[in-house]
Amino acid sequence: MRRFFLIAVPYAWLLVLFLIPFVIVLKISLSDTALSIPPYTPTLDFSGGWAGLKAFFSALDLENFWFLTSDDLYWKAYLSSVWIAVASTLLALFVGYPIAYGMAQARDEWRPTLMMLVILPFWTSFLIRVYSWMGILSQEGFLNQFLLWTGIISEPLIILNTNTAVYVGIVYTYLPFMILPIYAALEKLDASLLEAAEDLGCSRIQAFWLVTVPLSKNGIIAGCFLVFIPALGEFVIPSLLGGSQTLMIGKVLWEEFFNNRDWPVASAVAVILLMILIIPIILFQRNEQKQREAEQ
Amino acid sequence: MTEPVFAPWDDPNEKPLIEFKNVTKRFGDFTAIDDLTLDIYEREFFALLGPSGCGKTTMMRMLAGFETITEGTILLSGKNIARVPPNRRAVNMMFQSYALFPHLTVWDNIAFGLKREKLPKDQIEARVQEMLKLTRLEKFSKRKPHQISGGQRQRVALARSLAKAPKLLLLDEPLGALDKKLRQDTQFELMDIQEKTGTTFVIVTHDQEEAMTVASRVAVMDEGRLIQVATPAGIYEMPNTVYVADFIGDVNIIEGHGTKTGDGYDVTFAEGQPALHAKTDAQLGEAARCYLAIRPEKVTISAERPDGAVNVVQGTIHDIAYLGNLSTYHVELPTGQILKAQAANTRRLSRRSFTWEDKVWLSWTDTAAVVLER
Amino acid sequence: MRRFSWFNATSLTLGFAFLYIPMIILILYSFNASKLVTVWAGFSTRWYGELLQNEAFLNAAWVTLKVAVASSTIATVLGTMAAYVMVRAGRFSGRTLFSGMIYAPLVMPEVITGLSLLLLFIGIGLDRGIVTIILAHTTFSMCYVSVVVSSRLVSFDRSLEEAALDLGCSPFEAFRLVTLPIIAPAVISGWLLAFTLSLDDLVIASFTSGPSATTLPIKIFSAVRLGVSPEINALSTIMIAIVTVAVITASFVSKRASVRQQAEEKAAVRATG
Repeated sequence: MRRFFLIAVPYAWLLVLFLIPFVIVLKISLSDTALSIPPYTPTLDFSGGWAGLKAFFSALDLENFWFLTSDDLYWKAYLSSVWIAVASTLLALFVGYPIAYGMAQARDEWRPTLMMLVILPFWTSFLIRVYSWMGILSQEGFLNQFLLWTGIISEPLIILNTNTAVYVGIVYTYLPFMILPIYAALEKLDASLLEAAEDLGCSRIQAFWLVTVPLSKNGIIAGCFLVFIPALGEFVIPSLLGGSQTLMIGKVLWEEFFNNRDWPVASAVAVILLMILIIPIILFQRNEQKQREAEQ
Repeated sequence: MTEPVFAPWDDPNEKPLIEFKNVTKRFGDFTAIDDLTLDIYEREFFALLGPSGCGKTTMMRMLAGFETITEGTILLSGKNIARVPPNRRAVNMMFQSYALFPHLTVWDNIAFGLKREKLPKDQIEARVQEMLKLTRLEKFSKRKPHQISGGQRQRVALARSLAKAPKLLLLDEPLGALDKKLRQDTQFELMDIQEKTGTTFVIVTHDQEEAMTVASRVAVMDEGRLIQVATPAGIYEMPNTVYVADFIGDVNIIEGHGTKTGDGYDVTFAEGQPALHAKTDAQLGEAARCYLAIRPEKVTISAERPDGAVNVVQGTIHDIAYLGNLSTYHVELPTGQILKAQAANTRRLSRRSFTWEDKVWLSWTDTAAVVLER
Repeated sequence: MRRFSWFNATSLTLGFAFLYIPMIILILYSFNASKLVTVWAGFSTRWYGELLQNEAFLNAAWVTLKVAVASSTIATVLGTMAAYVMVRAGRFSGRTLFSGMIYAPLVMPEVITGLSLLLLFIGIGLDRGIVTIILAHTTFSMCYVSVVVSSRLVSFDRSLEEAALDLGCSPFEAFRLVTLPIIAPAVISGWLLAFTLSLDDLVIASFTSGPSATTLPIKIFSAVRLGVSPEINALSTIMIAIVTVAVITASFVSKRASVRQQAEEKAAVRATG
């Protein structure tokens, strides 16, 4: 009885507030737009009995999905989301790896402090961290002021409201997610392995590529997924730092819903985004599982 | 004046405290306990001995109430305990990991069970004080478990499980985490406490020495079955199977063919070797295939052929293991078999008479070997 | 042997500069007297004063705080239950679905979570407001709480609970007197995580809030969409300061506790020698 209660309460909560909403999204994505409240048809009406149910299902179709393929806005948005997410993940890896490496090599008494410095931004507001770049990247912002002052450029660069600013924003906000798993992998690395490699004739750089990098592979993979997955559906960064030509699917969904009030199309956009996300999520889970098994 | 020997298991009028009746426990397809029947008597110090995975811990956990019984019944003072939850059993357990509550002081750990009984404050105070005294922990009552040493933790765990004065105390590898020296001291302390409190102890261990030292009776287990239940001396001197003989202490096993002669059996074990005679009441089956189990310390080693010995074989010394007080000689027979013989080192090393490759005679009496069927 | 070369020093310096310079600039310029956010015109606390008189911001902050406290508390209870189920309940029908529903919200894009919850609330005719935000936040934070708590429960020595039962506790007493005090640090960090996630959330709150309830992130977002503003700088500075003090205090306290514990353990070993 007690056990039943313990399982049933969180289970019911998640069913009602997580699973059922999804079913609703799926259902609405198969409905038609209508000028009514709610703005779609058909609506499920149990009073119609079996015939009503049948009519309900026959009114569902894939029309919204056809619409998504016919308007190139959508598939361009999907492609560009994937591209932006991939590019910024690689950039984050490029920036994050040396930091994680440096942390792992730092003296023992320094490491908790460095660790805290990496985690601290994670606790501060995401929105504020994105916002902080607006003042830096704008045309009269600090970066341009600095570059003009040093004389590297003579005309201010236009960075804010471009895809470049989006890359910077994603790398900046998700960098801790990249650093932490790589650091965890590097910290476990036995320093005598590198000495053994050098003893066997490797140069330091060879030892790095042949020993350190392969042994931190799991950390790299985990970090990449942890950046890629949230970046793909990102909304705040493209809408604050990106421009009107920045196409990301999270932003498209938002606009479809709030500006165009086209619920069925917004739902269809969500369903496809989810389908794209399932592949990296499964790959990520598998990587984690393999790692857990290897540790046992 | 002789003290009466403590042996309630031999007294048919004695009522057992615990009765296992055809108890079986399965985990899925795996049978952990297989149709086991066993009686344990009041005031006993009973040891369950066996390799890991033999089911000894499962038996203990069934007594404590953490495992259900698949088939059969367990009676505690004549009452079936199958439906009694662990918190309502007059049974307490000392865990292998000690399971001391890290957020509570030593005092609060010991008082934990008493507080659950809603005893008045002064009674709890008195009982905890008594337990602290019994385990010599008075000085540490205000400390937390991480502030005391391993040996002290072990005593806190013991005090905590004894505080409620259970009918039965279960001890799961109680000394496993201690180093060897401390373990030996603690064994005697455990026996002392058991005697003082008069509680029935059931101990689970894989350490045969420990079981032999502390227990009034030992049950040797393997693959969910009881192989032999007897006093430590009985287990050692009269093992009922090769498994038991081999599990407890060092032993020579000679496989051979038995023929009934007089008060025992003549066992032929190899061509060209004399038959070995052993007294026994046992009756071998038709096949008459049997094993002789001989403890190395019962084998005498000598340079000359001893006169009048019943069993004599000759061999060469293959190896000598010097153990300080004893030496074990590995003697190779002409058949290639190796027999171990133990001799006390009563003389200094330089005066020792045997060395490698010496031809020696091994001999033992007709009561030294035990005849076993399997 | 660790090799700390100039390369490591440089990468750490540059890396942490990248992480912290934007926030430092933000903090400095919140004390700028000028309305022009990129031109320094002398020190002033003027924007803090204006912020404190901005009723809309204060209201939003109050709503946000209420939502965060309520949702993180409910989420901690539910998440701890869920963690207990995941680690201890063994097999039950629908377990796979259950663990799927625990992990999915962690990787779900916020726009989808927000959209789907909004459609649910409209579908069942629940008026959007503070209650719907609390429900939404509780749902995704309970999953984070359950991950944090279950990772602690996995390493929890089960014999401690058995010992409590053995000494006469009912299962619930064993949880209250033994399990909960020991896993308390994980439960507290789960609560803190849920609390900050709720404070921070813009997307899900935007979907699930109604005209009657606006949270601080929604307010900030609509303000910064129009560009950088010194008032927002001041607000950000306050929020960064609170978080920094909290995180540093927390890590200091936990570090001191662990140092003390180590010292005591060493002393215990030495005392028995």
